[in-house]
Amino acid sequence: MHELSLCQSLLDQVEQIAREHGATRVDRILLKVGPLSGVEGALLQHAYPLAAAGTIAAQAELVIEPSQIRVRCRQCEAETDATPNRLLCGACGSFETRLISGDELLLANLELTIPDQDD
Amino acid sequence: MCNTCGCNITPGNEHLVRADGKHALTEDGRAAVTVLQGLLSENDHQAAHNREHFDHHGVLALNLMSSPGAGKTSLLEATIEALGGEFRIAVIEGDLETENDAERIRAKGVPAIQISTGSACHLDAHLVHTALHHLDLDDIDLLFIENVGNLVCPASFDLGQHRNIALLSVPEGDDKPAKYPVMFRTADLVLCTKADLLSVLPEFQPERAERYLRQLASTAPFMTIATRGDAALAPWLQWLRDELRSQRERLELGRSIRPAIVPEGAHPPAGTAEQLHRHAHDHHSSHSHSHSHSHSHAHD
Repeated sequence: MHELSLCQSLLDQVEQIAREHGATRVDRILLKVGPLSGVEGALLQHAYPLAAAGTIAAQAELVIEPSQIRVRCRQCEAETDATPNRLLCGACGSFETRLISGDELLLANLELTIPDQDD
Repeated sequence: MCNTCGCNITPGNEHLVRADGKHALTEDGRAAVTVLQGLLSENDHQAAHNREHFDHHGVLALNLMSSPGAGKTSLLEATIEALGGEFRIAVIEGDLETENDAERIRAKGVPAIQISTGSACHLDAHLVHTALHHLDLDDIDLLFIENVGNLVCPASFDLGQHRNIALLSVPEGDDKPAKYPVMFRTADLVLCTKADLLSVLPEFQPERAERYLRQLASTAPFMTIATRGDAALAPWLQWLRDELRSQRERLELGRSIRPAIVPEGAHPPAGTAEQLHRHAHDHHSSHSHSHSHSHSHAHD
């Protein structure tokens, strides 16, 4: 299981962005995690408080938005839903598809408290 | 792909960035910052650096992944015996403990660096980079990175390799690709190993294993091989020769390659993806002759 080390690299990125923006606190972290990323959202949630203790993001709400698996067919061009072990085209059944969503492991968005935000 | 220019924005996630400006405010006045950065970006950065090292020294780096006991080390021993006179080979071994595998490889007369990961379940790009300091890349044509035996975690970490190879041994059962889709869809080549056991394990059907692989939208060649018996390794050895030749041709043109599916959160934009896709196709079409026999009833 590598969710704890993943949380640590998440926090490195979050702290750096918070510093760049002069934030005093990180309030919310939005991750986008797809079923094919190899990462379990629930395990990330468990690991997060351990990794975040004592950081600027210790109080942050960690929101994990699961993404849906979608494939686009190279044969018939259809865009359909798929499941982790069946990534075939939902329209024509071809296996020549390209994943367009479902393997994300992204830090999507942060909400920060930034003092004196009047430019 | 990078994490700065926005090329990882896709139809699947673009709504996340369609906010107004960089510092859109939330209802309660907090600053909302759009990031869209892969969570493994530090590892990916190191992996790209490793890949540059390999390319600079003309090395083809291959990442071998499988469950424990699928026969990665035995395959390497047999490969070194077969190709040791033809190419300069080196091996990086990842295990939780012991030097056993590295010693087996060294006994075949090629350099082997053992990475003991302690309790870590996978190799990452930093571990591989450290191991590279103990190898002279100028003396290497083929570098095998034998990942920790595990069908889960290694799939998520780019090491800087050019190709991913997944092994599936006959005693494991033919439905492994369906059970571990994240791993098997990253494979550029799937080797069904220990084929000499097919006669005593008739419940394993290579055709079924390949069907499960195709259901992951994989176009990777599927080869049934064994380290015992004559000619049972021929398609694999030919694949290696072809890959090394392709790598050298690419390097002459100043091009590099990554595995067809890289274990990272973000997608490349359509253009890049097509390019990657075309790479995969060049590769398959140019070698179709070499594995046609093992790949015959592939997918119709």
